[in-house]
Amino acid sequence: MTNHWVDLKNSDLVIVMGGNAAEAHPCGFKWVIEAKKDRKARLIVVDPRFTRSAAVSDFYAPIRAGSDIAFLGGVINYLLSKDKIHHEYVKNYTNAAFLIDEGFKFEDGLFSGYNAEKRSYGKDTWKYQIGKDGFAMVDPTLESPNCVFQLLKKHYSRYTPELVSKTTGTPQDAFLKICEMIAETAAPDKTMTICYALGWTEHSVGSQNIRTMALIQLLLGNMGMAGGGINALRGHANVQGITDMCLYSEVLPGYLSAPTDADVDRKTYLEKRTPKPLRPNQMNFPQNFPKWFTSLQKAWYGAAATDKNDYGYDWLPKKDGAYDVLAMFERMHQGKMNGFFCQGFNPLASVANKKKVADALAKLKFLVVIDPLATDTSEFWKPHGEFNEVDPTKVATEVFRLPANLFAEETASFTSSGRVIQWHWKAADGPGESKGDIEILAALFLKLRAMYAKDGGKLPEPIMNLTWPYRIPAKPSPAELLMEISGKALGDVFDPKDKTKVIVKAGEQVAGFAQLRDDGSTSCGNWIYGGCWSQAGNLTARRDNSDPTGLGQSLNWGFAWPANRRILYNRASCDLSGKPWDPKRTVIKWTGTAWGGNDVPDMRPDAAPDEGVMPFIMTPEGVARLFAPAMADGPFPEHYEPFETPLDKNPFHPNNPKAISNPAARVFKGDMETFGKAKDFPYVATTYRLVEHFHYWTKHSMINAVLQPDQFVEISEQLAQEKGIATGDKVKVRSNRGFIKAVAVVTKRIKTLDVDGKKVHTVGIPIHWGFKGVTKPGFITNTLTPFVGDANCQTPEYKAFLVNIEKI
Amino acid sequence: MQVSRRQFFKICGAGMSGSSIALMGFSPTSALAEVRSYKLAHATETRNMCPYCSVSCGVLIYTTGDKSKNAKADIIHIEGDPDNPVNRGTLCPKGAGLMDMVKSPNRLKFPEVREAGSNEWKRISWDDAINRIAAHVKKDRDANLIEKNADGVTVNRWNTTGFLASSAAGNEAGYLTSKILRNLGVVALDTQARI
Repeated sequence: MTNHWVDLKNSDLVIVMGGNAAEAHPCGFKWVIEAKKDRKARLIVVDPRFTRSAAVSDFYAPIRAGSDIAFLGGVINYLLSKDKIHHEYVKNYTNAAFLIDEGFKFEDGLFSGYNAEKRSYGKDTWKYQIGKDGFAMVDPTLESPNCVFQLLKKHYSRYTPELVSKTTGTPQDAFLKICEMIAETAAPDKTMTICYALGWTEHSVGSQNIRTMALIQLLLGNMGMAGGGINALRGHANVQGITDMCLYSEVLPGYLSAPTDADVDRKTYLEKRTPKPLRPNQMNFPQNFPKWFTSLQKAWYGAAATDKNDYGYDWLPKKDGAYDVLAMFERMHQGKMNGFFCQGFNPLASVANKKKVADALAKLKFLVVIDPLATDTSEFWKPHGEFNEVDPTKVATEVFRLPANLFAEETASFTSSGRVIQWHWKAADGPGESKGDIEILAALFLKLRAMYAKDGGKLPEPIMNLTWPYRIPAKPSPAELLMEISGKALGDVFDPKDKTKVIVKAGEQVAGFAQLRDDGSTSCGNWIYGGCWSQAGNLTARRDNSDPTGLGQSLNWGFAWPANRRILYNRASCDLSGKPWDPKRTVIKWTGTAWGGNDVPDMRPDAAPDEGVMPFIMTPEGVARLFAPAMADGPFPEHYEPFETPLDKNPFHPNNPKAISNPAARVFKGDMETFGKAKDFPYVATTYRLVEHFHYWTKHSMINAVLQPDQFVEISEQLAQEKGIATGDKVKVRSNRGFIKAVAVVTKRIKTLDVDGKKVHTVGIPIHWGFKGVTKPGFITNTLTPFVGDANCQTPEYKAFLVNIEKI
Repeated sequence: MQVSRRQFFKICGAGMSGSSIALMGFSPTSALAEVRSYKLAHATETRNMCPYCSVSCGVLIYTTGDKSKNAKADIIHIEGDPDNPVNRGTLCPKGAGLMDMVKSPNRLKFPEVREAGSNEWKRISWDDAINRIAAHVKKDRDANLIEKNADGVTVNRWNTTGFLASSAAGNEAGYLTSKILRNLGVVALDTQARI
């Protein structure tokens, strides 16, 4: 979330799309209800199903799963053609005025630079025109045909209400009504917020779904405002924190992009990641990258990291390709992996195409499952009737299952979706011999370190040199670890403006990432958490819930990263002169000498407005990107069909077969053939959560199992009639990858839609069942889903695929 | 006189009955059921977080015992933390059932192994488990860690063992997991966050 849970109450218009907060995040959704009650805010829900969020909305519109960009692109077209945008904001705070390379084109569904063989784009033309002064060229009149604003206008002019309705199945009048409501928030003192979740991310165009809404929020001037922003409602209690710690191959803690083979040494690595400013006077905050990275190296290697050995740069592994979860299972399936660990992760249930995942696991030499619960994955080799048909004698994988603790049994910090890090305390020991994840990982590491010390082995240096300063080596304490994450001075740290003045003494905790250095004098495990445990102590454990401004910021409750800032980009909540766009909801303002107010300013505190330092400090241009060349599949979002589409063409590009589905999405060899066609699988399927269950955990919890005991799917009355299915009938749902059986629920909450001249039915499939649990045993829903992900981040396309359904 | 719920419990616990305090004109800010106050007054209250969605609701966990060395804490009740500015004491149908998650009959209690080709689990000790896993890890790492690529660049990656990390673990466990794995050379690393 760029904003946070309580801030939802400050909104004038809330859109829930690509999510269902009332059921998946009920206690956060209460702040939407507060906004409705106290501010007379309105709630719009756009979803294939009439969800419980829709049930309390002011306006609901149905949409075909997988057509969100068509809908949102249509909103952009409406805002631009009716001139309902926040002009000053767009002109100054976005790259609307920037001139783009003359060679940039968009033709017949493809951007310039497409390579069909590699399914990827060369980005030679996706760039700013650079002037003689080295800065990007701009046209403040926004009239040049090559400025971003004009290109944007041209790109979305194709998204007419007729074509939107034809593609999405949303009735045109409903679409236009929503456009009108959204357009009202272009007023500087009105804000709209968006609550989305996996209904937007789990598509082959997932990242661009979110980008399209980001464009809308920028055109309306809603970023940085109280009650505005782009709010990802995330899934697990600490999924935000684990993302921040970067337990994925692309990045090191704090989103520092991981070294690749091209980064031959530390100098090359740093140069590529330390940008030069693209406009005059900008903060260009990533220029501090060397400080963050060096401090991480010092946290990991301590005294062994020196300028003589590049601070241990060569000890870090370099990445040679994709290692996301789909790529890993692909590699495993090809027999290229021998070992695998699942820590609190149940991939057999939660990764696409269960059969492929199970076949892959069976090719391993060893699998280690670290979990509080007996997961389905841990028993992938064990026959469980028709729910898991397997011959264990043919599975040679050695499987270890280690009992881990749950939340109640550990002291730790969790980071909420609103980026607030909160400390919690252990209440009791776990059952039996269970241990915490820290202790389990420490045991394995210390054993390995002892083996390398005794017997030697390949590349022992990073193992032997890894810092391990914990008082009880086998049990590093959460406090010690959070202090390491937050960072400390190893030598005295001096004021850059006065080299004689010590600002942090050696051995002290740093107050924030501004005190980190690239000369080895500071250590910090994750720069964005810098200062969360300062000399003042553990700020994540603060429990002062006072809210003197009434905005709901609670600045002394826990610690929000970065720098305890509760609303990101909050400089953009003020006009150029530093006055809030809406003084009634002042987040920050220029006081004459400094930025101050009701949040930690997202701006250099003494940057006077006339210096022209723009609010989006993490970009070298200082402004937000309407045109974003970093995206893999286009600098502007474009509608593409899901890989399994009920249509035989993309209504936006009916004559180009290359532009039906995302042309830049990765498809592994052999997987294209596993995608079903509409003639065999005529119905759109989408998966989702129920309010009574949480993923594949609560099937192990008795009360949840009592509330929702049995697997079911939901279909419309029209489809039920066509197929002769009644509520309570047992049905078989098939995709091209397998089948599940479930009880049918016939509901008015799912409607048949008119799409491109045909009737499109939707089958709704809750995800929560499996063969392990105290619920009735069920089929794993991801037996059905396709093994293809978003072009940018490889999140699988769980939310739009094709099935057939029959009564059994 | 302003008395919070927990202060009220403490007053009650000190020996007077809740109802007689109320009769004397002391009442908590909000009414509460008298029966519950007796039960929880003798419990230890610990502040924790719901582990489900990322609203990260504050919860209060009540355990028997007073944390003294010979008293084994047992969780007897979990409810929303009214001080938490986000959930303000509320919990959803999932969070309200947390007790049954903690006490699930499917909680794992000791390390186990399923040998290759076998159809059953076998209980093993922690030492055996760690020793056997470490032996697998070292053997695979020593055999397959790539020190230099075809161009002679030092790459030091080990991509034949992978790791999926938990989004239910705390930040500290997550950080330590990253610190260890990266320095073993692991690049095949991913988390629930992606999906």
